[in-house]
Amino acid sequence: MSAQETTFGKAITAGLRAALAEDEKVVLMGEDIGTLGGVFRITDGLMQEFGPDRVVDTPLAESGIMGTAVGLAYRGYRPVVEIQFDGFVYPSFDQIVSQVAKTYYRTRGAVPMPVTIRIPFGGGIGSPEHHSESPEAYFVHTAGLRVVSPSTPQEGYDLIRAAIASNDPVVYLEPKRRYHDRGPVDLSAPLRPMGPAAVVAEGTDVTLVAYGPLVKTCLQAADAAAADGISIDVIDLRSLSPVDYGLIEASVRRTGRLVIAHEASRTGGLGAEIAATVTERCFHWLEHAPVRVTGFDIPYPPAKLEHHHVPDLDRILDGVDRALGRPNSLDSIDPFAPPTPLAADGTERG
Amino acid sequence: MGTVSLNTPPTGMPHVPEPDLHQVLTPEGHRRPDHDLDPWLEDVTATMLAGLHRDMTVIRRLDTECTHLQRQGELALWPPLLGQEASQVGSAAALQREDYVFPSYRENGVAYLRGVDPLGLVRLWRGSTYAGWNPAETNLAAQQIIIGAQSLHAVGYAMGLRRDHSEAAAISYFGDGATSQGDVNEAMVFAASYHVPVVFFCQNNHWAISEPVTLQAKRHIADRPWGFGIPAMRVDGNDVLAVLAATRRALERARNGGGPTFIEAVTYRMGPHTTADDPTRYRSKDEVEAWRAKDPIDRVEAHLAATLTGSDRDARGGALTIEAVREASAAAADEMAAALRTGLAGLVDPGPEALFEHVYAEPHHELARQREHYRLYLAQFDGEQLEAGTR
Repeated sequence: MSAQETTFGKAITAGLRAALAEDEKVVLMGEDIGTLGGVFRITDGLMQEFGPDRVVDTPLAESGIMGTAVGLAYRGYRPVVEIQFDGFVYPSFDQIVSQVAKTYYRTRGAVPMPVTIRIPFGGGIGSPEHHSESPEAYFVHTAGLRVVSPSTPQEGYDLIRAAIASNDPVVYLEPKRRYHDRGPVDLSAPLRPMGPAAVVAEGTDVTLVAYGPLVKTCLQAADAAAADGISIDVIDLRSLSPVDYGLIEASVRRTGRLVIAHEASRTGGLGAEIAATVTERCFHWLEHAPVRVTGFDIPYPPAKLEHHHVPDLDRILDGVDRALGRPNSLDSIDPFAPPTPLAADGTERG
Repeated sequence: MGTVSLNTPPTGMPHVPEPDLHQVLTPEGHRRPDHDLDPWLEDVTATMLAGLHRDMTVIRRLDTECTHLQRQGELALWPPLLGQEASQVGSAAALQREDYVFPSYRENGVAYLRGVDPLGLVRLWRGSTYAGWNPAETNLAAQQIIIGAQSLHAVGYAMGLRRDHSEAAAISYFGDGATSQGDVNEAMVFAASYHVPVVFFCQNNHWAISEPVTLQAKRHIADRPWGFGIPAMRVDGNDVLAVLAATRRALERARNGGGPTFIEAVTYRMGPHTTADDPTRYRSKDEVEAWRAKDPIDRVEAHLAATLTGSDRDARGGALTIEAVREASAAAADEMAAALRTGLAGLVDPGPEALFEHVYAEPHHELARQREHYRLYLAQFDGEQLEAGTR
C-alpha cells in the first residue's frame, strides 16, 4: 500500500486513467475534455495519453452527448460522460431519465447501460448562475440510476473506478469546491464497492449524515462540538442511491438523534428521504425528530449571497443543537402554537 | 466493399440539394427512369418484386390484425402503419443482418422483417412487457416512444462502429414530427462532425397526431440536412423500389466511409396516429382518398400485372402470374395471422415479480427490500380468490 499525497481533482484523473488503461471499451466524452483537459482539468493529459478516439471532445449539446453515449453502450462501450457544470445537465435530462436509466429495464436485461455521468456540483466557488447547483435529488428519484459522491481524494479515486466498472448507470457528483483539497491516495487500492457508507468521525450524542462537499464541513463541526463536550458520529454517505441505511440505523440506535446536511434545496431533497426512512426504521430509538440543515427552497443565489445558502459549520452546529434540545436559533418559535392551515380561498389565515 | 477509410470524402452523392421527389414506380405501376436510383435496382426481378409484395401484404395484415385486436380489448393500444408499408419494407430490405436499427414506435413492419415474432409485438402493445424482442438477437433497438431520442442512439452506435472499423451501419427511423426535436438536430450535428456510418430515415407521413408537416417544416424536410453537411434525398415513400434503392445507396455510402445520409420518404399515415386517435377531427376525407390512389401495394401489383410475361417462374418453378403473386402473398398473411391468433390464446401475463426484475444489473438492497415487503403483502392473500382489479 503506497499512498501518495495528491489533490482531489488529480485523484479523479488517476481513476479515469486507470479505467482507460484497464478497459479499452471505456471512452470519455464531453465538452472541452480533450485538448483543454476539461475546464477543471480533470481529464488533463488523458487525450494525449490515450488518443482522441478514447477521450473525445464533443459538440456543445448535452442531450447529444448523453444520447450518443446510450448508442455507444448499445455497441458495448462504457462511456464516461462529463457534464461541464451541474446546471448544464438539464438539456440531457430526458436522455438520462428516459434512456440511460430505463434501457436495461425496457429490454429486460438484454442491453446494459454502463454509462458514468460525471458532474462537478455544488457551490462555494463564487460562480455565475447555473454553475453551483446540487441536482442530486432528481437522479436519486430516478429508478435505474445509481448516484455517488466522494468526499476525499481517496474516495474520488475509488468511486470513479467503481462507477465505471459498474454495469449500471452511475451519476458521479464531484464536489467542485474540494478539487484542490489534498490527501493521501493509494493508487494500488483494490476496486471497492460503491455502496457502503463510512463513519468518518465516531461519536455518541448525535448522528450527522452528509455527502460530497459537506462531509469536510461536518468533520469541522464535529471537532468544534467536541470542544463543547458534544460527541458527533459523522457518516459520509458516499452512495446517495441506494443509501446504506444499515450504517445510519446502527448509529442512530446508539445516538437517538439524527441531523442531515446538504447544499441542495430542502423540499423533496435527499434529507427528507433519509429523515423519513430513518424515522420508519428507528422510531423506537429516536429521542428527537430528525433535523435537516439544507440550502433554502430558492434558486441558487448570486455569488455574494451564497454563504447564506450553503450550510456552514455554524448552521450545522445549530442543527445539532436542535437535535439535542440545546439552546438554538429556533427557540423563540413555540412548537405548541396552533397550526395555521390555508383558508379555502388559498389565503393564509392571519 | 473495401475496408472503411475514415478519411474518404463523400462520393457518389450530388453536392446540391435535390428538392424533387425521386420515384421509380408511378402510382399506376409504370417504371420511370431515375438517374440516381436506377444503378441500385439492377438486380430487381419479378421474383424479387413478388417477395416485396408478399412482405408488404403480410405487414398490412399484421397491422390490420393488431388494430382489430385493440378493438377487441386484447391490446392496450396500437399505432397503425397502414399506408407506410413501402417505406418500411423497402428500407428494411436494404439492411444487412449486422446493421443496427433504432426504431420509433411505428416501425412494426421493420420489426417483422428483422425477425421479430408478431407475438412479441402483441405482448408489447398489450402491456405485458416493454421488451417485444431481444435487441441482441435482432439488432433492433428497443422501440422508442420519446420522439426523436433514438436518432442520437443510432449516431452513438455508429460512432462505435467507426471505432471498431466495422462495415456495418446504423439506421434511425423517425417521423416528420421528430425533425422539430432538438435530439434529431443534435444527432445530425454529431453524425456530420464525426462522419459516422448512419442513415437517418424519416418517414414523412404528413401528420404528427393532429399537426400537419407544414407546422414542422416550411421547406421540404430533405432540404434541412444539407445545412448540417449531410446529403439528403427525397423519395416517394409509397414506392418500394425507390425506397429500397435510396436506402441501399445511403448504406453503401456509410459502409465506404462516406458518412451520414438523410432520406425523407414521403408517405402518408392512412390510419389514426394510434387506436386512441380520431383523425376525422383534423384532416379531410378528400386528402385521405387522394393518398389511397397512391397505395404502395397496388402499384407493385399494377406493375407486375403489366410486366409479367407469362414465362416468368417463381422460386419453385411454378408459373409466376399476378394471380399467383396475390395468392402467395395472401397465403403468407393468413399463415402469419393464424399463428398470431393461436399464440395469443396461449399468452400468460407476467406475475408481480417481473416488476422488480432488470431495474438494475447489480444487486440493489433497497429495491430488494421493497420487493420482499410487497411479497409479504401479497402473501396475505394466498389461498384467496381475488376479484380482478382488486390490486
